[in-house]
Amino acid sequence: MSPLLEVSGVSVSFDGFRAINNLSFRIGKAELRAVIGPNGAGKTTFMDIVTGKTRPDEGRVTWKTSEDRSISLLKLSEARIAQAGVGRKFQKPTVFEDQTVQENLLLALKKPRGWMAVLMYRPNDTDFAKVADLAQQVGLADALLRKSGELSHGQKQWLEIGMLLAQEPRLLLVDEPAAGMTPEEREHTTDILLEAAKTRAVVVVEHDMEFVRRLNCKVTVLHEGSVLAEGSLDHVTANQKVIDVYLGR
Amino acid sequence: MKNLLFAGLAILLSCLMATAQEVRQEVRQGPAIQAVLQEHQALIAKSSRKTIAPAIDAIANSGLEQAQTVLQVWAEKKMWMRKSDLQFFIGAPTENGLIELTDFDGGAVLGALPKAEVKQLKPNSGVRALIATALVRFQLSDPDPARRQDALTSLQRDPDATLLAPLRASIPAEPDAGLKAQKQRLERLMTIGYDSDTQARIAAISDMSGGLGVDLRATLNPLVATTRNVVAGTFPAARPETANVAAVLTPGQDGFSQAQAYELLVAKGLAPPRITQADIRAALTANIKDEQVAGFAVTELDNDATRQQAYSVLANSGAVSPFVTDDQVAAALQSHVFFDSFADPSPKVTTAAVAALRNIDAKVSLNQAVDLTLDALSLASIYFLAAIGLAITFGVMGVINMAHGEFIMMGAYTGYVVQQIIPDHTLSIIVAIPAAFAVTFAAGVAMERLVIRWLYARPLETLLATFGISIALQQLAKNIFGTQARPLTSPGWLDGAWALNDVVSISYIRIAIFCLALIFLGIFLYIMKRTRLGLETRAVTQNPNMAASMGINPGWVNMLTFGLGSGIAGVAGVAIGLFAKVTSELGSDYIVQSFMTVVVGGVGNIWGTLAGAAMVGFLQKGIEWLNPSNTLAAQTYMIVFIIIFIQFRPRGIIALKGRAAGD
Amino acid sequence: MQHSFISKNPSVLVFLAILALFTLSVTLLSEGLGLGLISTSFVKTLGKTLCLCLIAVAMDLVWGFTGILSLGHFAFFGLGGYMIGMWLMYERTRLIVVQSLSQSEIPPTQSEVVDAIGNQIFGVVGSSEFPLVWIFADSLVLQLALVLLVPGILALVFGWLAFRSRVTGVYLSILTQAMTLALALYLFQNDSGLRGNNGLSGLQNLPGVSASQDAVSLWFLWASALALGLGYLLSAWIVSGKFGSAIRGIRDNEARVRFLGYSVVSYKLAIFTLTACIAAIAGALYYPQAGIINPAEMAPIASIYLAVLVAIGGRGRLYGAVIGAALVSLLSTWFTGGQAPDISLGFYTIKWVDWWLVLLGLSFVAVTLFAPKGIGGLVDYWTNRQTPDRHGADLGPDDGALREQEALK
Repeated sequence: MSPLLEVSGVSVSFDGFRAINNLSFRIGKAELRAVIGPNGAGKTTFMDIVTGKTRPDEGRVTWKTSEDRSISLLKLSEARIAQAGVGRKFQKPTVFEDQTVQENLLLALKKPRGWMAVLMYRPNDTDFAKVADLAQQVGLADALLRKSGELSHGQKQWLEIGMLLAQEPRLLLVDEPAAGMTPEEREHTTDILLEAAKTRAVVVVEHDMEFVRRLNCKVTVLHEGSVLAEGSLDHVTANQKVIDVYLGR
Repeated sequence: MKNLLFAGLAILLSCLMATAQEVRQEVRQGPAIQAVLQEHQALIAKSSRKTIAPAIDAIANSGLEQAQTVLQVWAEKKMWMRKSDLQFFIGAPTENGLIELTDFDGGAVLGALPKAEVKQLKPNSGVRALIATALVRFQLSDPDPARRQDALTSLQRDPDATLLAPLRASIPAEPDAGLKAQKQRLERLMTIGYDSDTQARIAAISDMSGGLGVDLRATLNPLVATTRNVVAGTFPAARPETANVAAVLTPGQDGFSQAQAYELLVAKGLAPPRITQADIRAALTANIKDEQVAGFAVTELDNDATRQQAYSVLANSGAVSPFVTDDQVAAALQSHVFFDSFADPSPKVTTAAVAALRNIDAKVSLNQAVDLTLDALSLASIYFLAAIGLAITFGVMGVINMAHGEFIMMGAYTGYVVQQIIPDHTLSIIVAIPAAFAVTFAAGVAMERLVIRWLYARPLETLLATFGISIALQQLAKNIFGTQARPLTSPGWLDGAWALNDVVSISYIRIAIFCLALIFLGIFLYIMKRTRLGLETRAVTQNPNMAASMGINPGWVNMLTFGLGSGIAGVAGVAIGLFAKVTSELGSDYIVQSFMTVVVGGVGNIWGTLAGAAMVGFLQKGIEWLNPSNTLAAQTYMIVFIIIFIQFRPRGIIALKGRAAGD
Repeated sequence: MQHSFISKNPSVLVFLAILALFTLSVTLLSEGLGLGLISTSFVKTLGKTLCLCLIAVAMDLVWGFTGILSLGHFAFFGLGGYMIGMWLMYERTRLIVVQSLSQSEIPPTQSEVVDAIGNQIFGVVGSSEFPLVWIFADSLVLQLALVLLVPGILALVFGWLAFRSRVTGVYLSILTQAMTLALALYLFQNDSGLRGNNGLSGLQNLPGVSASQDAVSLWFLWASALALGLGYLLSAWIVSGKFGSAIRGIRDNEARVRFLGYSVVSYKLAIFTLTACIAAIAGALYYPQAGIINPAEMAPIASIYLAVLVAIGGRGRLYGAVIGAALVSLLSTWFTGGQAPDISLGFYTIKWVDWWLVLLGLSFVAVTLFAPKGIGGLVDYWTNRQTPDRHGADLGPDDGALREQEALK
C-alpha cells in the first residue's frame, strides 16, 4: 500500500543554513504520528514545506489523491494544498478573533472556495447542524455564538482543531497542540486527536514526552533537519543517538 | 590748448604702433585718407546700412594708419563734414558753441567753424555695427589686451570672412599666450569656414576633428546643412551640375514622402497645387447661386463626396481650377529630380566636414553619457540624503513616517531663518546644518514620544497619524512663511560649475551634495557599527523583548533613533533648499521618491538604501534622456517600472531572507 | 433570502430611511423644487458629499473590512470623473460647434464638425487632433461603460501584480500611493490626451438639457443618493455573508485563511476591483456637480484624505465611513468657505481658512491615538456595546488587523 504523503530527499537552506537536510518521511491513510525533536530540528520548516509555505531546494513531496493517482505538492499554492486535503494547525492558536465560533467553523466548512461561490453562499440547516456537531466534538457547543477572541487559550486551540476537522482534510498537521494547556484540557485534546486519526492521517509535532506517550503512536525523531530515529516511543527513547541529542553529549 | 592736446593724442597713438617710425613717415608723405573718404563722399554723407559697405571696406582696406582713427571717430559720431567743400574732419564742440575741426591726415587743427557751416555725421546703429566689424581688424592688434579680447569675442560671435587675413596677421606678434591660443583656435575655425583654398580648409577640418567645442560644431554645422531642391528632368541625365549634391532623393523613400515631394514642386512653382477640402469649400461657397451650387442644393453639400461632385461640375465649366489627379502628381514627380544640396560648393570640404562631425558626434554622445552619469549620481545622492532618514525610521524601526518630507521642509526653513540672522552665506550654512539637525531632531523626538510610541506594531495607523502631522505641519509652514518660495542662497564659492569640457559639467552644489551624502553614509555606518547607540538599536530592531531584558531601554533607543532619522532629514532639507525653492510643499515633492528608494533598496539595510537611491536616480535620468522634453512622463514611467520591479523583488534589491525576514 | 438579510442587519434599513428622508427634505427645501431655503450651490455641495460618502463606503470595504490600506482609490474616483467628463465635454462642444457651423453658407461635413470640436477642446494644449483615448467620447453608453471598465481594469491589473507577489501592509500602501502619483503625473502632461493640467471643464452643463442648474443639481442629488443607497446595500450584503467573514479573516490573519484553502489573491482582487468600480461611479457622479476635473484632484494626498475620512468615522462599520465622510467634508466646506467665525486671541487672529488643515491634521492624530473607533464609537455607547479588555492584544497578527480598542463584545 502506497502512503498518503511521501516526502523524499528534501533539503532547504536559509542564507546558507541548512534547515532541512535530505529529509524523508511517509505516512499512511489513517495513521497517527508524533514528530519530536529539539529546538531547531526543522519541525516547523517540515510543516512549511508540506503546506507549501516554503519551497524546498531539492527533493519530492508526493500526495496520493486516489488509489492509483499521485501528485506533487511542490507546484501547488498553499490554498490548493489545503483544498487537496492538508489541514494545518499553527503553534499559536490562530482563529479569527473578531468572529464568532460559528462564523469561524462555517468559514472552514468544506465548501467551494471560489470567491463567487462564497459570495453567493448562504448557510442552510444542514450546514448549521454540521457546525453544531463539530462544536460538540471539540467541546465548544455552548460557545457557538461567542466571539472567538473571548475564548480561553485552550478553547481557541480546540476551535482551531475544529476548524481543521470542518475542512475534512485527509492529513492533519498539528503543531504543539498541548502547549499552555491544563492537564484536563490536554486529556481532551488527546481524545480529539485520537478520534480524528481513526479516519485520517494526523501528524503531531510535540515537545512534551508525556503527551506523546499518551498518544501511543509511532514516533519520528528529527535532528538537524533529518530523521534521526523512527518507531515506538519506547524504541526511540532507548536509542543512544536520541539520548545524546536530547541530553547533550 | 585743445589743439595741442589733440595733436599730442594723435602722435601718441601713432607712437604706439608697432612700426611707428615708418608709419609716421608715411603719414606725412603718403596718400591721404581724405582722398578715400571723398571717393565715397556721397555714401558716407548719407549713410545707410544697405549701401555703406563699399565705403567702409574702402576705408578699412586702404592700408592707411589713419583708417582706424576715422572709423572710431565716425562710430563715436565725432566725424563732421565741412559743407563748403564736403570734406570730413574730426569735430569737437568748443565752449562758445563752435565746432573745432581737426584734419585726419596729419592731425592739423583747422580752427573752429559755426554749426551752420558743418554737419555732424550720425551713423545709425546698423551702420555702427558694420563699422565696429571693420574696426575689429585694427583692434586685434591693439596694444590694450582687453580690447584685443573684446575684438576676439566679437569675432567669435560673428565671424567675418574678410577678417581672416587680419586675424592671421595678428597671431605672430601676439604677446599674451592665452589670447594667442584663442586667436589660433579662431583662425582654424575661420579657415574652415572662409578660406578660399579648399586644401587649407580640409586640413583645418582634420586638425580640429575630434574636438568637443561648441564653436567647432557651430562652424561645421552650416557646412553640412542641406537644402532640398528640385530640377526638371530625369535622373541621372538631369543631375544638377552646379550644386554640391548631398543626396539624390526618391519620393516615397527615406522619409521623403510623395506628398512632401509634390509640395516642394508646388512651392517652387513647378506644379499646380492640389485641391484641398478647404479649397473645395471656398470654391463652392463662392459659387452659391439661389441656394444651389452647380446643380446641387446647398443642403446636400454636407459630405465630401457630394462636394467633390459639385466641384467637378464647376471645374468642368471652367469656373475653378480642375482637380490634380494622382496620375498627374505621379507624372510630375517622375519628371523631376529631387536632391539635397550643401550650401558650400566644395564637395571635398563638405565630405570632410560630414566625416568630422560624425566623429565629433560619437565623442559628444560618449561625453553626454558621462554627463548623464554625473547628473544621475547627483540625483541619486539627493534621493539618498532624502531617504536615509526614512530608511532609519522605516527600515530599522519598522515605523513609517509620512511627515518625513515635512522634516526635510523644516530643515530647509531653518536654513532660511538662519540666513536671515547671519547674512554671511558661508557662515550661515555652517551654522544652519547643525541648527537644522537640532530643530528636526527635537521635532522627531517630540513626535516619537507623543504619537508614534503608542502605535508601535501598528504600521498602518502610524502611517495615517504621521500623515495627519504632515498636513498640519505643512499648513503651519504656509501660515508662518507664506506660500511664496523663500530663497536659501548658497555661498559664493558653491556657485558655478566644474566644466570638464563643453559637454560635461557639474555644478559645485551638486558636488557638495554628493560629498554630504558620502559623509552621512560614513556617519551612519559609524553610529550603527561602532557606537553603543548603534549596537542597542540593532539589538532592539532584532528582538525588543530580549534587548529590554538585557538592560536596554527600547523606548529610549527608539526615541534616539527616530530623532537621528529626523535630524538627518533636516540636514537633507538644507542641502535640497540650496538648489530647489523652499516652499511648504518642498517635502511632499520628495516623499514618494524617498519611499521608493527605501522600498526598492530593501528595508533594514543602509546599502540597500544606497542601491535604491542609485537605481531610482539613474533610472529617472535615463528615462529623461530617452524622452528629454518631458520630465513628468519620465517620473510616470519610473514609478511604473518600480511597481513592476517590486514584482520580481518584493523585498527590494538587498533583501533579508529566511526567518529573519519575518514572514 | 433578502428579507432575512435586512432583518439581520437593521442598521441598513435605518440608514436607507435616513438617506431617503435627507434627500426628500433637501428636495423640498431647495430652490429647484420647493421652498428655496437651500441654495443651488449648497445642494451641489450636499450631492458631492453623498458621492464622497459612497467612495468612503468603498474605502471602508477595502480597508476596514479587508485590511488593505489603499492610497489609490481616489485615483479610481478621478478616472470615473474623467470618463464621464469626456462625454459631457465632447457632446456639449459638439452641440455648440454644430450650432455655430450651421450659420455658415454650406452645411458642414462630419469630419469638419469633428475637427472643429477637436479645435475647441484641445486648443488649450496647442493641439486639435483627437487622441486615441477619446475614440468612444461620442457615445454616452460606451463612455458610461468605460466609467466602470477603465478603473476596474486598472485595479485588476495593479491588484493582480501587487497581491500576487504578496505585497502587504505599508508596502502595499506605498505602492498604491506610487500608482496614484504616476497616474496624476501622467495626466498632468499636455500630451496625455486629457488636456493636461487644464483638465476637463464645463461638466455641470448637461448637453441637450435646457433645465436650469437648480433642477439639474437636484437630479444629481437624487442620483447620488440612489447610488449611495445601492452601494451601501450592496456593501452591507457583501460583508454580512461568508464572503464578509472571509475578507475579515484576511484582514486579521491572512495566513490562516490561506491554509483554510481560500485563494487570498482572488478575494483581495475581487474586493479591490469592486471597490475601484464603486469609487469610479462615485467620481462619475461627483465631477458633473463640481463642474471641473483636473489631475490635481487625483494627487496622492486626496487618497490619504479618504483614509482620514473613514478613520474619523470609524473603520470596519459602513455607517461609520458615511458619517466620517459627511462630517469632515461638510466641516471642511464650512471652514474653508470662510463661513466659520475667526477667533481673535488678542495678539493673533485665527483665520479658519488658514488653520483648518492644522486642526484637521491634529484631530486626525487624536482620533488615531485616543479614539480608534472614530465617531462610530459613539454609537456603541448608545447601543451599550463595549470594548473587551484584551490586555493590549490586537485581533490578529496582520498589519491591517483590528486593534484592541476596535474590538467589540
